[in-house]
Amino acid sequence: MKHYDEYRDAELIKPLVEELHRSVTKPLRVMEVCGSHTMAIFRNGLRSILPDGLELVSGPGCPVCVTSAPHMDAFIAMADRPGVRVAIFGDLFRVPGSNGSLANASSRGARVDIVYSPMDALEIAKNNPDELVVFLGVGFETTTPTIAATIMAAKVQNVQNFNVFSTQKTMPVPLNALLGDPELKIDGLLCPGHVSSIIGAKAYQPLAEKFGLACVVAGFETADLVKSLSMLARQVATGDIKVENVYSRVVNWEGNPRAQKMVYEIFEPCDTDWRGLGVIPGSGLKIRDQYQEFDAQVRLEIELPEVEEAKGCMCGQILKGINTPQDCPLYAKRCTPANPIGPCMVSSEGTCAAYFKYGQD
Amino acid sequence: MCLAIPMKVVKVEGNPDDFTTSQLATVDADGIQKEVRLDIVDHWPNVGDYVIIHAGFAIHSLVEEEAKKNLALLKQLADTMPEELLTSPDDLK
Repeated sequence: MKHYDEYRDAELIKPLVEELHRSVTKPLRVMEVCGSHTMAIFRNGLRSILPDGLELVSGPGCPVCVTSAPHMDAFIAMADRPGVRVAIFGDLFRVPGSNGSLANASSRGARVDIVYSPMDALEIAKNNPDELVVFLGVGFETTTPTIAATIMAAKVQNVQNFNVFSTQKTMPVPLNALLGDPELKIDGLLCPGHVSSIIGAKAYQPLAEKFGLACVVAGFETADLVKSLSMLARQVATGDIKVENVYSRVVNWEGNPRAQKMVYEIFEPCDTDWRGLGVIPGSGLKIRDQYQEFDAQVRLEIELPEVEEAKGCMCGQILKGINTPQDCPLYAKRCTPANPIGPCMVSSEGTCAAYFKYGQD
Repeated sequence: MCLAIPMKVVKVEGNPDDFTTSQLATVDADGIQKEVRLDIVDHWPNVGDYVIIHAGFAIHSLVEEEAKKNLALLKQLADTMPEELLTSPDDLK
């Protein structure tokens, strides 16, 4: 069995596309929250077949893009310290802070390891007992449990030179903050697939109720996306607003209690800074006091510097779904994937990078 | 970053209730095999199940039946449209 090919089958897709066209009976704006959805929508060419009246805007769901300049600067300053070695997911390597990136730090001699899993960072720590290995925890609910499990493993195995710098973020809290913005007129939310596999479809219930917002949890294949969009359109057309789930093969109502338990064993909610959105109370996760020995921010006494965002960069407005990349004076001119000014152009899941790669003018 | 892929479980090691055991599965996709952690998977998988992998961890076990049911539902919707399941756009206005 292939779990993806069949979801791309033309025989399945065509009627679903027809259904989508029939479902859109009045104009609506849908926000896709997740960066992986943004990429899937472009890669599958979905924008070209959307009915008139259905507008897609990209939201704040690329964790790299919402990592603030002060956090990037703190990461880079930490990588520059002697005896410290940082381990990161690859897409963080070229994200600019206020003065350069981890790639620049690496080229001047800082130890930066790109890993596929936080567990790989723990292995690096075990193999390099003379260095403090810090994993940069950047991500949403999909990633947080993997980091929690790694901290747990470090505790069980008594690895004392492994730390995490947590800028982990959660999804429903900023969505609540964002949707309260009167500038942002959104009728429906394409809810993230893998974040929802952890937190459950129920996490969007308060948003549906408070904002009268149609919510559908979507997978990443063409059939999932087209079906989800028509369900959103239908909810808006009939006024029967609720949370629906097209990704039932991976997401259920309650989520993954085992992962949730692991996360709240290690982490607790805190205020955190989002690029372009500012500090959103209760939207981050920090390491609990009883696991402080693994908290790089405590161990290395790191203060976040005050930094200004790059001049002219509209990533903040783009992350809020208020502007599109073409509105930005830097887009495709001074800011390109080869020479990114803002984080939305760096990550492959960033809105600007997706627009640039798929030639949206 | 949150992209995660389904892979087939070919071997399982460890005990779901004991975190001191190695909780590992060997997974396979098109002949490429990889070891992944099972610490946070929602249901302990059996050999032959599929798991969704993110950052070296299985985050969800995907039972073949569940996936087939989901696909069948989409297919059923596709096959029976527009007569049975669709309201005409005029009814929605």
